[in-house]
Amino acid sequence: MFNRPFADTSLLACPQCDLLQRLPHLAPGASARCPRCDEELWRPREDSLNRTLALSVAAVALFALANSTPMLGLNAVGRAASTTVFGGAAQLWQDGQEVVAALVLFSAVIAPALQIGFMLAIVLGAHRARPSRWVGTLLRYHPTARTWSMIEVMMLGVLVALIKIAELATVIPGIALFALGALVFVLAAMQANFDPHEVWHRIEWADTNARHTEW
Amino acid sequence: MSATVSTAMQHGLQSCERCALLSRPAAGEHDGRCPRCGEELTFRKHESLQRTWAFVIGAAICYIPANILPVLTTTTAAGSDSDTILQGVILLWSPTGWPLSLIVLVASIMIPSAKIIALVYLLVTVQRGSTANNGQRVRMYRVVEFIGRWSMVDVFVDAFTAALVQLQPLMSVAPAPGLFFFAAVVVLTMLAVESFDPRLIWDSLDAKEVRHV
Ligand SMILES: [Zn+2]
Repeated sequence: MFNRPFADTSLLACPQCDLLQRLPHLAPGASARCPRCDEELWRPREDSLNRTLALSVAAVALFALANSTPMLGLNAVGRAASTTVFGGAAQLWQDGQEVVAALVLFSAVIAPALQIGFMLAIVLGAHRARPSRWVGTLLRYHPTARTWSMIEVMMLGVLVALIKIAELATVIPGIALFALGALVFVLAAMQANFDPHEVWHRIEWADTNARHTEW
Repeated sequence: MSATVSTAMQHGLQSCERCALLSRPAAGEHDGRCPRCGEELTFRKHESLQRTWAFVIGAAICYIPANILPVLTTTTAAGSDSDTILQGVILLWSPTGWPLSLIVLVASIMIPSAKIIALVYLLVTVQRGSTANNGQRVRMYRVVEFIGRWSMVDVFVDAFTAALVQLQPLMSVAPAPGLFFFAAVVVLTMLAVESFDPRLIWDSLDAKEVRHV
């Protein structure tokens, strides 16, 4: 069963404190904050869809590179070893840490893939004149994928591991490490340029009757 | 704060957590869905306090083995050696390595314990209907939400150290049981943050103001 939409869409409740307030019309770059708890309610972005699209395409390329090439190599006493992002999780699995391996795989590979893939599909879908309902479904789950995607945390972990191991052996940074470094910034920019409000305003409603009856 | 503030709940309106659309629940015993995005709607997150308590208690229990049990075992020709998180921090501490040591100390020991304490404080104050320091408590919640993921740093450090240092029979590094509990602390505290509803912080203030009007 669907709720009945409230007719006045310029009215909004703060997601953090539920304060009911009217959203002012804002120019790109300005932002609206909740007067009670200071939560940022809305910050319109200039040319949001196109910029997000460009950045998410770049993120796809960097993500593919980061996961298909070696990240770290090691040279010691005439022996060499190297690992990929996936290799880190695989080693944990082999060593009997299946749960932690799954967590590493999820937060370093699967969730970032969902975060980037959802974003790409959302902006591509939203570009159409009448974005269909699946765009809304992806947009609903995008924040969850974002929460569990930990590329930047992994990057810090890899750097600590790299310097830690450097005391024992020669560590050779691989292509994936540089791709990951760039990906951290591209993902941050992709999120910063994305304006979910803009997409929500264009989307086909889940309750197809609601829009016509209430508005 | 003026007495004229009013919340969506006081007007019988539900705000969608996913798309922020306001809507009025249709009559019926079941929770409705958001007409725009289809998300299930409630005035406040379902059993927010109970769920958050459960995750926080789980995290606090796992925090003990996470710090007592070793997280990494290093095997060399001379034998094998297991280190806990704190021992790892001490091992890293050197004239050149101290910044890294500090990162691991903050991310792995200070952040998880601070998160657990902060969440317990938020839960207790909300349950006691406290109306003091609301702004501060909301900021605390946001900080906890923002820094939580960084506790995963050590899990990644250990994973990639173990993946790379495989020079049998000279030297190898393998994860040890403490790593499981440590990862559990990170996941449980993140789930606790997710299930806590910050709007509860303001509800006692709103209730008080209504009485005064
Ligand atoms: Zn607010």
